[in-house]
Amino acid sequence: MLGITVFGLLILLLISAGLVYKSLPVIRQQSLHDLIFTSSWKPSKGHFGFLTFILSSIHVTMIAILIALPLSLFSAIYLSEYAKEWVKKLMSPAIDLLSGIPPVIYGVWGTLTIVPWISDSLAPHFVEFSTGYSVLAGGIVLAIMIIPLIISILMEVFAAVPLEMREVSLSLGATKWQTIKRVLLLKSLPGVLAAVILAISRAFGETIAVLMVCGNFTDVPKSIFDACYPLPALIANNYGEMMSLPIYESALMFAALLLFVIIIIFNAVSRLILNHITRRYQL
Amino acid sequence: MRKLEEQIMKIVMLMASGIIIFILGFILWKIISKGLPSLNWDMVSKTPSGGFYLGKEGGILNAIMGSLMLIFCSVVISIFLSLPVALYINFILNRKSFASGVIRFAFDIMFGIPSIVYGAFGFMIMVFLGLQASLLGGIIAVSLLIMPIMVRSIDEVAGQVPRDLLEAPLSLGATRFEMVKIAARQITPGITTAILLSVGRGIGDAATVMLTAGFTDSIPTSLLQPAATLPLAIFFQLSSPVEEVQNRAYSAALILTIIILILSFSTRYVSRKISKSKI
Repeated sequence: MLGITVFGLLILLLISAGLVYKSLPVIRQQSLHDLIFTSSWKPSKGHFGFLTFILSSIHVTMIAILIALPLSLFSAIYLSEYAKEWVKKLMSPAIDLLSGIPPVIYGVWGTLTIVPWISDSLAPHFVEFSTGYSVLAGGIVLAIMIIPLIISILMEVFAAVPLEMREVSLSLGATKWQTIKRVLLLKSLPGVLAAVILAISRAFGETIAVLMVCGNFTDVPKSIFDACYPLPALIANNYGEMMSLPIYESALMFAALLLFVIIIIFNAVSRLILNHITRRYQL
Repeated sequence: MRKLEEQIMKIVMLMASGIIIFILGFILWKIISKGLPSLNWDMVSKTPSGGFYLGKEGGILNAIMGSLMLIFCSVVISIFLSLPVALYINFILNRKSFASGVIRFAFDIMFGIPSIVYGAFGFMIMVFLGLQASLLGGIIAVSLLIMPIMVRSIDEVAGQVPRDLLEAPLSLGATRFEMVKIAARQITPGITTAILLSVGRGIGDAATVMLTAGFTDSIPTSLLQPAATLPLAIFFQLSSPVEEVQNRAYSAALILTIIILILSFSTRYVSRKISKSKI
């Protein structure tokens, strides 16, 4: 059992070592700074600048968080503080199901509804032309995908705040909402932060759903109605061609390494905060 | 004023929850209404025949079988890797010890790694072993993808096994390993939940299999042949300009959604049984 446990931990090391090893050629050829902060993407000439893809990922993720956070926050407060038993019984399978729906289904739904909605109804008010395959479409689809994650973490965080704290505030004459605002939210602020960080890392790495709705166009998007090209989509779209050029393969593996590093850091921070919270209240 | 604020916030919260439920309903309704018209028996019983991608006859049996084979093998491999880890950090080590905390933390991190990175890693292993895109490659990547999910969910139920139950066999002179066997029997329903969860995640994931398992029109007969999978069948057919093929993508999406619905409800059913039988 110890052996298999160690093997499990080794996988984490192996992934990082493998990705670093594979991306060394491209890092040697261009500097790290050049790879991350320039945006000219010319695989045939062997020049790779990831800025467009990194920015696309950041834009899409930001929109997703902006949409998902208020919805999930209010819904989680409602479920943990107000909702009656039968409402919880209705909501919890719904949230489970929402988190269980595969990314590709979200992608199909996005191309069926969100994309035409943006190109026909929303975008004409703001820009001259948009195909609908855009930063906004990616953000909306991602937002829906991370809502269940944020809600389930927030519910745990809220449950960790001792009941006595709420009762003290209520007994001093505060209304329920005042209690939530001044006691519950204040107390669970680190937890909310952790949930957001975890959601960011989930959104950052999502591939197929975003790939299907965001257009995949290698130009820095000028508005949220323009197409974009996030990092995971880049890897998924080009894996077929990468075998022909070793340096191309190295560049795509560098993209995977970037994703891996960013997500590991975000995950670690968020998990540390969450572990700290549960430990403090459970003792 | 305070009462007004209370009322407004309550309405806002109700609306937020309502929107979430509405979105779920909207997604399901859209997938069902789009997928149902072109769903027929051929879809699930035939492999693509000539001209399939131009809208001619055939079905997606290749993808259904590919997905099932892939997920079956991956779950079997993954359970042999995850169960020992979960048992080790709960029963051999003290559940709350620093060491098991570190291991749990590492698996939490692995849980967060996106599927495309597992795909890239699987691809790397395949290049290293000299494999082409194949069922085996897909199995390797998907096993790694679902391993952290299994460890986490088995770990959760393992934490609920009463301490007395573990100490009783030890006090009777049983070895630690025998004690673990008793504990393992206690968490069998939890293992079922873990399997159902991983099947759901593994069968619906496209990014890992895209890089590792490839795609083919026939049902794989050996581990070294490429395998089609449901998510990729949806993805590829949707990007076709032919309308019949796109419609088939919708009904493939419906098939996948039905599988996920069944898995989701059985997971709830099993975990409700667990909480009922708890002391």
